[in-house]
Amino acid sequence: MTGRSAVLEGAREAAGVPAAVLVAGYIGFGALAAGHGLPLAAIVASTVAVWALPAQLILVEMHTVGAPVVATVLAAMLSSARFLPMTLTLMPMMRHARYRGWQYLVAAQLLSLTGWAMAMARFADIEQARRLPWFFGFTLVCVVASAAATAIGYAVADALTPLIKIGLVFLAPAYYLLILLGSVRDRATAYALACGAAAGPVAFVYAPEWGVLIAGLGGGTLAYLLLPKRTS
Amino acid sequence: MNSLMFLVIACALATYVWRGLGAVISGRVRAEGPIFTWLGCVAYAMLAGLVARILVMPLGTLEATALWQRLGAAAIALAAYFLLTRRNLFVGVMAGGVAIVGLYLL
Repeated sequence: MTGRSAVLEGAREAAGVPAAVLVAGYIGFGALAAGHGLPLAAIVASTVAVWALPAQLILVEMHTVGAPVVATVLAAMLSSARFLPMTLTLMPMMRHARYRGWQYLVAAQLLSLTGWAMAMARFADIEQARRLPWFFGFTLVCVVASAAATAIGYAVADALTPLIKIGLVFLAPAYYLLILLGSVRDRATAYALACGAAAGPVAFVYAPEWGVLIAGLGGGTLAYLLLPKRTS
Repeated sequence: MNSLMFLVIACALATYVWRGLGAVISGRVRAEGPIFTWLGCVAYAMLAGLVARILVMPLGTLEATALWQRLGAAAIALAAYFLLTRRNLFVGVMAGGVAIVGLYLL
């Protein structure tokens, strides 16, 4: 059974540094949500169903300031636009006559930045027919570990001293600070981060409920316009 | 069903729009062109704006900390990630968590 062994191989590769990094991020997210006084069930459900920590962070922060549902959903959606280029590049690499179309729709739900980056790096050494089961094994371990970490972060934040809670809550912004700055490889990313970081706090002061959306659309569009025009 | 659970489901569907679309049209459309560049800029700017806002004007637990403590802890996390280790995300994030507690105790 090459399928089953590929699932296990993917799961084994996830159960190490990739899962540990996600666990740190999601413990921070769970602690942050607990600090906002939100219910545990919805917070853990967001990890499994939304499965995109930026969108979850937006969801929790915007819900807490009482943002309109439309603004929150739109911000979550725009923050997740990266999934389109990610699936576009990854799916053709996993195609094989053995698998059905719905299996790729499930794989799309399980996709995250971690799974995508690892799959892109590993697929060169994995034969085409084994890639989809490998991806299921890898991403399922990521989802389960992250959901557990969300619940643990939430529970631990309420049980521990305020001091340790501060440390746990800080893990989520620290995680994204490093991921964002570590992902700067081109001018577009650098401009977008600078414009967004400047626009975020300002937009929040003037319109707390719409700030995230305004900073993203305004800062992102400004960064796009600042880019040198391509001559293609 | 409470309003937060409804919002979680709505955001999950909104996120899946891109995932499902990508799975369906993959192989026929390439991830290139000005619209992809703009979408990337908006996504990065939105997350950068949110992280900057949390560091400068946090809600909830982090309100107990001072601005210089949060910025100092962020700088220590960055140093651990970029300078002390070869971009070890786990070490960098943990350094940030330990640093905010340490600076808060000063």
